[in-house]
Amino acid sequence: MGVAHRIARKQREISVAEFFEKNKQILGFDSLTKALVVSVKEAVDNSLDACEEAEILPDIYVEIQNISKDEYRIIVEDNGPGIIRRNIPLVFGKLLYGSRFHAIRQSRGQQGIGISAVVLYGQLTTGKPARIISKIKEEEVAYELLLTIDTKKNEPRVIKEIPKIWDREQGTRIEINIRARYVRGKQSVYEYLQQTAIVNPHAQITFVEPDGKKTIFKRATDKLPPPPREIKPHPHGIELGELLNMARNTKTYRLTSFLTTEFSRVSPKIAEEICKKAYLYGEMRPQELSIDEAKRLLEAFQKVKLMAPPTDCLSPIGDNLIKKGLKNVLGSLRPSFYAQPITRAPKVYNGNPFVVEVGLVYGGELPKDQPVKILRFANRVPLLYQQGACVTTKAISNVDWRRYGLEQRGGQGIPVGPAIILIHVASTRIPFTSEAKEAIADVPEIREEIELALKSLGRQLRLYNVKKERKSKMTEKFFLVNKLLPEIARKSAEIVEKPIPPLEPVISKIMNVVWIDEKVEKEENKIKVNVRVANFTPKHHKFVLYGDYPLGNLVDTDGIAEEDYVKWDVDIKPISYKHFYFVLEDADKYGETNYYVEDISPNIVIGAEPLPGDWNIKLSEIEEIVEEEEMDEDIEEEFEVIDDE
Amino acid sequence: MSSEESLKKLYQIAEDIYEDLVRGEIPKMKLAARNRSNIVFDSRYGVWKYGDSKITRSAKKLDGAYMLLRTLYVMEFIKEMIRDKKSSTLREMYYISEGWGLAKFHTQDESNKLAEDLEVITGYLREDFKLRPEEDGASVIGNITVEEINRKGKPMRINCRDDVGDSGYLIPYNVEKDKLKFVDVDADFVIGIETGGMFDRLVENGFDEKARAILVHIKGQPARSTRRLLKRMNEELGLPVVIFTDGDPWSFRIFASVAYGAIKTAHISEYLTTPTAEFVGITTSDILNYDLPTDKLNDRDIAALQSELKDPRFQTPFWTEEIKLMLKIKKKAEQQSLAKYGLDYVTDTYLPEKLTELGVMS
Repeated sequence: MGVAHRIARKQREISVAEFFEKNKQILGFDSLTKALVVSVKEAVDNSLDACEEAEILPDIYVEIQNISKDEYRIIVEDNGPGIIRRNIPLVFGKLLYGSRFHAIRQSRGQQGIGISAVVLYGQLTTGKPARIISKIKEEEVAYELLLTIDTKKNEPRVIKEIPKIWDREQGTRIEINIRARYVRGKQSVYEYLQQTAIVNPHAQITFVEPDGKKTIFKRATDKLPPPPREIKPHPHGIELGELLNMARNTKTYRLTSFLTTEFSRVSPKIAEEICKKAYLYGEMRPQELSIDEAKRLLEAFQKVKLMAPPTDCLSPIGDNLIKKGLKNVLGSLRPSFYAQPITRAPKVYNGNPFVVEVGLVYGGELPKDQPVKILRFANRVPLLYQQGACVTTKAISNVDWRRYGLEQRGGQGIPVGPAIILIHVASTRIPFTSEAKEAIADVPEIREEIELALKSLGRQLRLYNVKKERKSKMTEKFFLVNKLLPEIARKSAEIVEKPIPPLEPVISKIMNVVWIDEKVEKEENKIKVNVRVANFTPKHHKFVLYGDYPLGNLVDTDGIAEEDYVKWDVDIKPISYKHFYFVLEDADKYGETNYYVEDISPNIVIGAEPLPGDWNIKLSEIEEIVEEEEMDEDIEEEFEVIDDE
Repeated sequence: MSSEESLKKLYQIAEDIYEDLVRGEIPKMKLAARNRSNIVFDSRYGVWKYGDSKITRSAKKLDGAYMLLRTLYVMEFIKEMIRDKKSSTLREMYYISEGWGLAKFHTQDESNKLAEDLEVITGYLREDFKLRPEEDGASVIGNITVEEINRKGKPMRINCRDDVGDSGYLIPYNVEKDKLKFVDVDADFVIGIETGGMFDRLVENGFDEKARAILVHIKGQPARSTRRLLKRMNEELGLPVVIFTDGDPWSFRIFASVAYGAIKTAHISEYLTTPTAEFVGITTSDILNYDLPTDKLNDRDIAALQSELKDPRFQTPFWTEEIKLMLKIKKKAEQQSLAKYGLDYVTDTYLPEKLTELGVMS
């Protein structure tokens, strides 16, 4: 027997356990606290994927029990489709087993090491088997299995199997004991579940901590995300191992048909061209491809022009659902501003489609003197570790946040201020920095997309601050024209012994705005909203006012009732008021109505936004106006602190 | 200056505000900017006064609107005082404003500033408006006889050496001729002293008689009445005025406000300033020449010196050199550090030397 053969036999005998022990870091089990988070993450990711695949709204129960000093029991139960009896041992008891081995699509699973690694970790650290209960709809009974992994053969070993009655229609429950440590706060199970809830607003997650404290992250929407579609790999995104694997397993007989059927964007003509450039015979059997030939094929892939891969296979969360998720989970911090999240159009890096989404909340009870909190996600999975190495962090650092109203030393680095930034990258293949899959690599295409998205959030933030300041200035001016000015007029008239002059022209000069506000009256089960428009300008205005109310049915208005908003044609003389109203029914609580205006310069309107659609144009106009206003500020006397007398 | 005339000027402000409103204009007041960059040398009086740069207090802004409203209330208050032949201290006016509703002052600084604003706008003194500061207790010792009209309206003669105790003759807030007349004087010069300790030392050592001097305790940054009195003694009695202070940046400013004019009161510099006044010391050179005990300059001192280098009033070779030297040695000294050489050293050696140098003593 040759040396190579002897080594090969040895290689086969290296146990899975040994491999695991040596690669704990890579697998994410390098510390006791992290082991707990990673274990919960594997189980929850599986549950979410399974539910989505079966198009079920996920309802997930997570419990952590403290067994002894360093031993914890993790319980994760879902309402997913369940696993057929035959497959239970494979899913939980065989490393690297999965249903989607070659599937190219956006999934959580691609970033895990698999739940079986958790089973193994538990077995190695506590010596206890995992307990699995699963039931599918079609069967009467559930199966409860106690199982361990045969570390020599990488095979599941079922210790006990009990068919049992379970009060669930379907679902899976796992209980695994592991050596771990429970913490709260940063990089904890709680944080992981909270962030999971933000980006999975269709899921309900219940969490019971070791001390019995129960938190329910409620479902924010009943809409399931569209299931991500599988696509064939794009030649530009393939690696050698994968290519060989695909070639070995293909059912095609010729290299050219292998290329056209197993890859996206490869036509027969292009397949011919690839073979030619790789110096390969198009009629050859793909199963016989040698490593050398595969390498030539890869090179040839890069030499041909190909259409970018289809991008409609991605399933972004969507701007509205991100906002809902943020509101739902962070509502208790009462942020004063939720920016409209940005979902960018899909782009491609190295033949892999990806899409970037970002969100931002600001103000309220968020701490003002700390670096902004960053919530990172890859395919709807929170990334809690390695923040510094992540492309999301780099993109945030590259943006000059000072111009948008956050503090940032030197215009780079993580800004400081009362804000939370959410970044989600969805892709058929997330380029992680390492096998632990904790940070996204600095791919220029991805970074650029994130930066662009962040900048448009930044512009919203600046606009919000500008408006807030403007509003508070206007409140001051209201006081000025309603209280101080009449007093000045009265007193000066008294001193010069003349009648009090009319103040309208002066008021219009000081204010020069059209002011819109509302007063809400409750009448039994109805809500009457009185809308006041005040023209504090010297000009006559004609414009359209829209009231976009959030809840309830419109039963009465003096405006024009449209499907889900009210519309008024406003015709208002200088220094005068107009009053409008609308009445809502079945609205037990009244949210805020958003007002929009059309056919009037939004710069002179306070209390209403320009009708969306021409949003961006107006944005810049408003900023200019504000700068002008700063310019005519009086040059106040500078009083030297240190002066005579 | 009659009260009626000053009242007319004030009335004009109310009229302007009213007229603005009638014309549909935002009411406003214009007044000279009161900062270091707006003082210019007036060669007619030899003093520093405000330049042409103006600021506008407009009802467009909250602060401006408050200011206008308060002005109207103050005006009415002054009118009543003139009618009732009363006067009030600035502090009293601050308390009286409690009843003015929106026009109420929130700090006394606000009311003091408004009183100065009215002076700047009308060109009258706050005394004309029956507003006066609290007495600050600056005092005089020396062979000068004055006649002061007392509360009962009767003239009272006081010799500031023989008719007073150790604390001297207290300077009243009004030192104009209708209140205070000079009757007789037998002295060669007037010396203004910054600190109480040094004033007492000179009194105890009999410096007023020995050097034929009138000692004036100016109490730090001198009040208007003290500066006005120095100026009257200088102009009417022909006595040279010298100023004796600590050797630090703040004392340089005391001298500047006596001799050149103060930034806050530059609108009335010609009433208050004694352009011929001379600085005795402590100069930076004195610190070195007399080898005086010193303190280190702190950050505020250094900032003050640097600010003085940019102050137009200090743009003379003497001051530039003194200030730069102090910045270089980074040290300051008190008047009383002269006691290093004994209690009599200041009256027997230091002052005679310095005053002879200035040509005031011979």
